[in-house]
This record gives sequence, structure tokens and C-alpha cells, in this order.
Amino acid sequence: MTLFLLRRLLQGAIVVVVMSLVVFIGVYAIGNPVDILINPDATPEIKQQAIERLGLDRPFLEQYGTFVVRALQGDLGRSFIYDEPALKLILQAMPATLELAIASMVLALVFGIPLGMAAGYWPDSWGANVIMTGSILGFSLPTFWVGLMLIVLFSVELGWLPSGGRGETVVVFGVPLSFLTWNGLTHLFLPALNLALFKISLVIRLTRAGMRETLQQDYIKYARSKGLSRHRVVFVHAFRNILIPIVTVLGLEIGSVIAFAVVTETVFSWPGMGKLIIDSINVLDRPVVVAYLMLTVVMFVVINLLVDLTYSLVDPRVRLGGRPR
Amino acid sequence: MSVALNATEAGGFRRFLSDYAESPTAVVGLVLCILIVMTALIGPWFTPQNPYDLRALDLMDSRLPPGEVGTTGITHWLGTDDQGRDLLSAIVYGLRISLGVGVVAGVLALLIGTTVGITAAYFGGRVDTVIMRVVDFQLSFPAILLALILLAVLGQGVDKIVIALVAVQWAYFARTVRSAAVVEREREYIEAARSLGLSHRRVMFGHLMPNCTAPLIVVATIQVANAIALEATLSFLGLGMPVTQPSLGLLIANGFQYILSGRYWISTFPGIALLLVIVSINLVGDRIRDVLNPRLQR
Repeated sequence: MTLFLLRRLLQGAIVVVVMSLVVFIGVYAIGNPVDILINPDATPEIKQQAIERLGLDRPFLEQYGTFVVRALQGDLGRSFIYDEPALKLILQAMPATLELAIASMVLALVFGIPLGMAAGYWPDSWGANVIMTGSILGFSLPTFWVGLMLIVLFSVELGWLPSGGRGETVVVFGVPLSFLTWNGLTHLFLPALNLALFKISLVIRLTRAGMRETLQQDYIKYARSKGLSRHRVVFVHAFRNILIPIVTVLGLEIGSVIAFAVVTETVFSWPGMGKLIIDSINVLDRPVVVAYLMLTVVMFVVINLLVDLTYSLVDPRVRLGGRPR
Repeated sequence: MSVALNATEAGGFRRFLSDYAESPTAVVGLVLCILIVMTALIGPWFTPQNPYDLRALDLMDSRLPPGEVGTTGITHWLGTDDQGRDLLSAIVYGLRISLGVGVVAGVLALLIGTTVGITAAYFGGRVDTVIMRVVDFQLSFPAILLALILLAVLGQGVDKIVIALVAVQWAYFARTVRSAAVVEREREYIEAARSLGLSHRRVMFGHLMPNCTAPLIVVATIQVANAIALEATLSFLGLGMPVTQPSLGLLIANGFQYILSGRYWISTFPGIALLLVIVSINLVGDRIRDVLNPRLQR
């Protein structure tokens, strides 16, 4: 187990190094780094100073070394636009993204589990067909367009919910949160639903499959033959056993939710990390882009490590290095 | 010998078609797919307007609602966008770009992924381990994140978005073809080909690959749909196609700012077109998978 963990940690470290090289070469070596890293409105003297300060006249490997050392110290450069450390900007935007991601996870469970259970309990009903067709649509519709249509329907036509922004927030332990005020909740609902659509479809499929499998088990038949009510059999005996894999899978999906938040945040002007990166790319605020990319890569390496660990605890074959054929 | 082979192949194809036709939704999907491809190929000769011929446009016609007649005398059945372009025409031209990018990216990813996957399966051992580690690792990242990293580094342009799409998608093909080829590799005809002294390349691509095509067709169909959806998303975010090459995603993005003022049609109709493309391709892909899956065969 320790060896497995060490090997995975080493692989993760290699990935971070490779990705930092890709990002570094991309931003610092392709094209003219002076144009990219220094405000184009600066005077020639300031540019010259900046080149010396950033060490752009040094050999490539030395530049990369400095970049790595600074990055390890938490210095990923300063934003041109806000003139603040890039890392600080990203960390400030992070709570909004996390709130959105968690809210969409909750929606995925709230909508996905009942629908999936219904579709699994009455698999041949027309209701199940509608639910499963809906889940196929949820998988194949482009998130950004669904977001636009949600705005058209609920904000423009019906006028029920706001079309964007975060609304009133309440600061808890220094972190602004939307879901504690009514106004914030109304702002949170549409983006969270938009981001959740894909995961709702996923939960529906998992729950349906789990439900159909569980209902065939002996302990369910036994519970039924004891004369327990249908309600009790489904919601206590079956439900408990299908819940664990669903929560596990959904937990592993948190990374992809954060990645897809880029799209939803742009549609709904939600002030999170995703909107920050898109805005930064569009105004060529490269230090913020580099910082975001490095941070996300590290985050994903950590998430993947946790996934591997979870799987290795559940399935010893993974740990023993055998690749299932 | 070859005649007999052709006869069975034709019979197999006919059986495939009749199996396919058992699902009415899948037939609708296929018909829709064919219509969409035909529209993209010959549509520009039938559109009321060339939306990129500036002489044909009149700013007076901008943002007309669906069904309105413009100053040029054209009835704009789907309305016009902010530059006075007929949306129906713009969608037909955008369809060409979206489909083109999706198909080119899909085919390139197919070629690269198949080569890598066959190589991994054929040589096995260390080569296989290293290649599949890279593949598994890449697949553990969401596609949109990888595309975002690449486009942030590479910048904008049609070639760049194709590169990004191929980079995101080759791994799916590699994994699919490898798992099929690993099984085929153990068959006797491969051993026979090897013992004839054929070169590795000949055995890999002449003998091994043709027997791994069934799962590839399925993945290729679905991946073309995914490529189109991803390109649209990236274009919407302003990272994809340049303004001179407006794909469906870019058309939707153009209408985004007018949505709040109630001019829903500029984003809605290109979106519906995009939707039809993606859903119809997925329907076809799903059905091919079911028909080719031996476990589901009666």
C-alpha cells in the first residue's frame, strides 16, 4: 500500500512538472514574452526594467528554474489588470465557484435520485421512458446553450429569477456566501441547475441501474415476504444500498464540475474562478491564466490521487498493478 | 474467393441495416443526419442570402424578428442577427464550419489514436504500460479543461482549435482500439501472419487493425458529436473560431448580448440547429453500438 501510494505520488509530481513545462513554454517561449507578460501600454524604459526584473534576458532553463522556485513560494506573478498577486485573485474567486459546484451537486442528488428510483422501480412505464430520454438529452445538450435557454425562459419571459450575478451575500468566517439570503438563493438557483444538468443525468442512470439490481436481491425478497410495506422496502432496504456508490461517484465528479463551471459562470456572470480565467484570457492577463492553469493541474492531480486511493481500497487488483483486460 | 467474401460482406451489411432499422428513433436520427450533411454540402446554393457578402447586407435589417420581410425583399423566416444577416442563411453556413471542424478533428484523432492504440496492443509489455498510463491519465482530466489549457497557450484560430480537439480526443480512440486489439492479437491469424515473416507494420495495420474497426466506428460517431459540441462551447467562450469563420457556437455567442432584451431568436435558432446535429449523431452512434454489440444480439 505504501509503495502504491509512493508510486502514485511520484507520478502526480511528474505530471505537475510536465504541465508546468507546457504552460511555461507556451506562455514564455512561444511568441514574444515581453508582449505577453508586460503591459503593452508601458513605455520602453519600463519595458526594459521589467525585462531585467523578470529575468527574460536569462537562459531558458534558468528562467524556468526561477519560475518553479517562485511558484513553490506561492508567487505566480501579478495581474496586469488588477495589479494584485494572481494567486490572491484566484483564491478570492474560489469560494463562489465552490458554492456553485456544491449547490449543483445537491441539485443532482435532489432531482436525480427520486427520478432514477422511479425509473428503476417501474422500468417499463412511459414515465421511465420520459425520464431516460430526458437523461439522454441532459448528456448531449451543450451546457452553455441550455444556460441561455434557462435565462430566456425564467428571466426574460417569466421574470421569475435573475439572469446573472451573485446577489446578496452573507460573510461567514471571511467567506461571502449566497445561499444564506433569499436574494442570493434566487441568483444561485439557475446557474446551479445549469451546471447540475449533466450530473442529474448521471445520477438518474446510476440510481436506475442500482435500483433494478438491488430489487432482485434476496434480502429485498426476504423483506417483502416478511410483509413489510412497499414504502419501507424501497426507501429503507433498497435506498441505503444504492446510495453509497452514487455518493462515491458524485464525489469523484467534483473536479469535472469545477472545470465545467467555466461555461456556466460565463453564461450567468457568476464571479467565480471560471469567469475570471475566461475574462483573463480575453484581456490577455497572462499571469492570472498561468496561475489558474497551474492551480487547476495541481487540484486535479490531488483529486485523481484520491480517486486512485478510493479505488485501491475498494478493489485490491488496482493496488497490485494488474491492468484488467 | 474474393467474390464469395464480397457476397458475405454485402449480406452482412444488409443484415446490419435491417437490424438498425428495428429502432424507429434511430432511423429518424439517421435521416436527420443525412439531411444535415446534405444541407451543409449543398445548402449555400439555396440560401436566400450569402451572409458573408457585405453587399447583400443592410444594417437597417438588423435584429428583425422571425418572419419579417427585410429591405432587400427577403423574408427572414428565422429573423436576422445584429449585422442584418439572415439567420437561416447564417445557420446553413455555420453548419458547414461546425461539421467541417468536427469531422476533420474526429478523423485526425481517429488516425492518431488508432495508430497509438494498435502499437500499444501489438507490442504489449512496457510500451503498452507507458502508452496506456498516458491515455488513462489524460482521460482523468475533463476535456474542456485540456482544451482550455491548449487554447490559452496556443491562441485563437481554426488550426488551433482542431489541434486542441484532436489532443483531447485521440485518447478515447487509443483506449477503444487497444482493448479490441489485445483480444485479436492472440488469434491464430495474427500468429500465421507473423510466422510468414511479415513486417510489424504490415501485421499491425494490414491484419490486426481491420479486425478492430467495429468498436472504432461507434466511438468515431460519438466523438464527432462531442467535437462539434466542444467546439461550439469554446467558440461561445470566445476561445474557439475567429469571427471570420462563424460556427454555430459563435452565432449563439453573438446573440447572447441580445437575449436580455427579449431578442431570443439570434441565439435560439443556431442552438436548435446545433442540438439537432448533436442529438442525431448520438442517436445513430447509440444504435450502431447496440447492433454491433454481440451480447445484445438475439
